[in-house]
Amino acid sequence: MSRSRIFLLAALAIAAIGFAVIAGTGISKNLVYYWSPNDIAHAGDKAYGATIRLGGQVAPGSVHMGNGSMLDFEVTDRRATVHVKSNGVPPQMFREGIGVVVEGTMTRAGYFQSDRLMVSHNNEYRAPKAGEQIDAKKLIKSTKGIE
Amino acid sequence: MAANPRFPKLPHALMTLGVICLLVGSYLGLFVAPPEHYMGEVQRIMYVHVPTAWNWMLSVLFAFGAAMAFLFTSDFKWDARLEAGLEVGALLGFLLCCQGAIWAKPTWGVWWDWDPRLTSTAVLLCSFAGILALRRFVDDPPKRAVLCSVATIIAAVDLPIVYFSVRWWNSLHQMQSSPATVSSQFHLPLRLNAFGILFLMSGFIAMRSRIASQRLSEELAPPPQEFAEELA
Repeated sequence: MSRSRIFLLAALAIAAIGFAVIAGTGISKNLVYYWSPNDIAHAGDKAYGATIRLGGQVAPGSVHMGNGSMLDFEVTDRRATVHVKSNGVPPQMFREGIGVVVEGTMTRAGYFQSDRLMVSHNNEYRAPKAGEQIDAKKLIKSTKGIE
Repeated sequence: MAANPRFPKLPHALMTLGVICLLVGSYLGLFVAPPEHYMGEVQRIMYVHVPTAWNWMLSVLFAFGAAMAFLFTSDFKWDARLEAGLEVGALLGFLLCCQGAIWAKPTWGVWWDWDPRLTSTAVLLCSFAGILALRRFVDDPPKRAVLCSVATIIAAVDLPIVYFSVRWWNSLHQMQSSPATVSSQFHLPLRLNAFGILFLMSGFIAMRSRIASQRLSEELAPPPQEFAEELA
């Protein structure tokens, strides 16, 4: 066998082992991008103090705008709910029911203090339905009768 | 018409076809397709971002195939193709990250975050940039070809990790879309631009590997007579 084919086998072996370690072993379980509200509920003392990310859905009906850019809402994964206080302007996509990832710390007072709010949308992209398209001309006409 | 070696026909035809597809697809995407229900006009960047992502993955796969073919055959035409795949892969990966950041700021609220999808993509882009730097450092063509092939095969392990990152771990980046999760009005511009970038990329790779093989044949040629005597 030629020398370069030995290199081929060696490279493929390293690649396969590397992939197996990342995909097949416990390493992947240690890679946590965000905690769910349920993870925080079950983490006990580990949840407090450190800067972590919390991910979940903005609970419908929980969003309250405070003074300035203060924002209050609840993040839920349908098993547990965490109250979040966020300062910083939320992205335009922020709304009730959408996915969010917030970065900050869990406080002893029982809420999550965040200074970085990210919106996480799903893989669906929809054209507006025919009836939902806003027709500016119709809108102008509709206000004509207002006195 | 005589064949012009500086402007070969196949890459020329592929690039022309690619530009036509991209022009028509982008026109449909920007002016004909409706804006997305929640995202609005910002969603239109999808028509370049998603085709770039698909073709970037194909270019990495091409580089991986060329690296294996070189080590298997020891034929330098595969080393030239590897060089082309690496360069085009680095270019598409760079474009992908820029487009992603532009789309992320108005929708997610941040330009970048260390999410598994974004991080694994950045790792692969940096590996390709590193292998391209390695190519400039090694002067001996056989040594350079073997080193770069081995490095490319190992770097390509990251490609399935990029693909599965959104399924294996929780991430900011959404999962892969499918025709069922994307309105049918968005399909045509998306597909036209995907073929556009595919043809353009294939033209680039064909052109770039010709340049690389010309340089390689000069490097591998025996020295001219007078130098050979001097060396002896």
